Amino acid sequence: MNLMEDSASQELLARVKPAHLEKPALVDNGRSFGWVTDKVCRIVEDKTPTWWWACFLVALCIAAFTFVGLAYLVSTGVGVWGETRPVYWAWDIVNFVFWIGIGHAGTLISAILCLLKQKWRTSINRAAEAMTIFAVCCAGIYPLFHVGRVWLVWWLLPIPTSNSIWPQFRSPLEWDVFAVSTYFTVSLLFWYMGMIPDLAVLRDRAVKVWRKYFYGILAMGWRGSNRHWSNYEMAYLMLAGLSTPLVLSVHTIVSFDFAASLLPGWHTTIFPPYFVAGAIFSGFGMVLTLMLPLRAIFGLHDLITQYHIDCMCKIILATGSMVGYAYSMEFFIAWYGANPYEGFAFINRAFGPYAWAYWIMIACNVISPQLFWFKFIRHNTALVWIICIFVNVGMWFERFVIIVTSLANDFLPSSWNYYSPTFVDIATFFGTFGLFSVLFLLFVRFLPLMPMAEIKAVMPQADVHGHDPKLPLHH
Amino acid sequence: MDALQKKPFALVACFNSAPAIYHAAEKVRDHGFKSWDVFTPFPVHGLDRAMGMKRSTLPRMTLLGGTVGFLTGCLMTWFMNGYDYPLIVGGKPYWSPIFPFPVHYELTILFAAFGTFFGMFLWNRLPQHYHPVFDYPEFAKIMDDTFLVVIEAEDPKFDIEKTKEFLLSLGGHNVTLIEN
Repeated sequence: MNLMEDSASQELLARVKPAHLEKPALVDNGRSFGWVTDKVCRIVEDKTPTWWWACFLVALCIAAFTFVGLAYLVSTGVGVWGETRPVYWAWDIVNFVFWIGIGHAGTLISAILCLLKQKWRTSINRAAEAMTIFAVCCAGIYPLFHVGRVWLVWWLLPIPTSNSIWPQFRSPLEWDVFAVSTYFTVSLLFWYMGMIPDLAVLRDRAVKVWRKYFYGILAMGWRGSNRHWSNYEMAYLMLAGLSTPLVLSVHTIVSFDFAASLLPGWHTTIFPPYFVAGAIFSGFGMVLTLMLPLRAIFGLHDLITQYHIDCMCKIILATGSMVGYAYSMEFFIAWYGANPYEGFAFINRAFGPYAWAYWIMIACNVISPQLFWFKFIRHNTALVWIICIFVNVGMWFERFVIIVTSLANDFLPSSWNYYSPTFVDIATFFGTFGLFSVLFLLFVRFLPLMPMAEIKAVMPQADVHGHDPKLPLHH
Repeated sequence: MDALQKKPFALVACFNSAPAIYHAAEKVRDHGFKSWDVFTPFPVHGLDRAMGMKRSTLPRMTLLGGTVGFLTGCLMTWFMNGYDYPLIVGGKPYWSPIFPFPVHYELTILFAAFGTFFGMFLWNRLPQHYHPVFDYPEFAKIMDDTFLVVIEAEDPKFDIEKTKEFLLSLGGHNVTLIEN
């Protein structure tokens, strides 16, 4: 029975006078559909701004560090990296996990928040998905080159080789090959499919011939037919439903690389959920790091509203708290498990030779996001951006602490060593930020930064049962 | 040149808002038209029902893709590690559905995603870089903020004059005949 039709409940409602809660607007200042189209398309259509060229050239120069570093590595040997006994996994795997973790927020926004019907995801999901793909590109470099002979990397794939040995499917490292390549492929399909209607908008507005062809071919002849939308919406829902278990599995399998070993500090069952929470935490940090400057540059305040920033800050707060809980739970289990080696590994992390890295991690990941409890901090864009930088730094140190401390002080004190990166390590990692920026800048300049169709669909004017008549329909 | 002679394809009418197109679609549906469509800049919630459309059958492709992916994974890991070149690793059996499960899992998702993605193109008959409705003068605005009702000439109830009047009575404007 419908509660509202019940006369007794009607009476009750009249007596208690329930408060009418305003839903926060997803597009501020009552903008029209046409305004959204214009705002987003102009980013691509206007003359290339000077700042874009400046950033692009700087990013290219930074990216060169990665390319030179890798060329030097291939021509000389993996010895140019700082890995040595007993630390055979170091910056390369730290950087791999760091970048792949960043990617996870994009999938969280596009898939999990879609299934949870969080409508605020619409204005940030395109850029976040792009971030995912570019972050996975940066991440992929490391395992490829860490195999030592990068020209034989295809041996990881199930392709027949002349020595007729197949990949070994009992190894988490082989699972990782499947997880990361599937993740990249599905993210790319999802990203492109989401872009098709917006590419059609750019096609229809195109004046220059190359644009007509470029966007025309990419738009696949999309014409906005509702019979198409129906299948498209279903495909979107299906891909969201597939990406959700996918993204959770990817970082779970990345954590298996560690958890399936027998090393104290790695061999823990808490790793999969803890890695996933950390990945989402770092990814949202990166989303805000990228979106806040873009919002300021392109004047997107009506599309990425304070409400959006609040939501993202709260997710960072929640996942940051989960990560903090995982850190303390690791310590508790190390003590409760009564294994002296496990206990040593954790005491050594906090008070051993890498204590500096451990406390940077705690300060950035556990303490700094707690500031988001305060509204005035969430409303101070500059402060939010700075805290997000701390989150990025902290999550890099988390992987460093996990990987390096466990290896550097292993079972035999005679083989202990203090790991330091070489210049090639540092240059290669520094360069990945350039590579990421080059790709992201190209995306901003040539592809629709925001999903216009999805934003329009959550605007009040899209409600077929009437909307506020004061809101404009057209320009 | 007779074969290339243009014949009427459809009558197109413009509408300005989501509620307008929703109510127009309901009326076109109730009038009994079969070959018709609605063009919108974004997926309008509830419009499928207003057009009398059934739920999309695309999930079948997802299921098919997922099944193929899972079986491919099982067959591949069995063939490579259990049959063609059996290896003893960690005292585990040559093949079991358990230890390579992450591989099966990822391939299930990968193939299901392929099924969904390519299924969407197949179901929608895309890519199709030309369609008569592109000739409609207002078409460039449809992915922006304009809504169209298109009633095709092949519909048995189609009659240029009567259908035109019908579209005007729904509140449509710029009613135009487009040719193929």
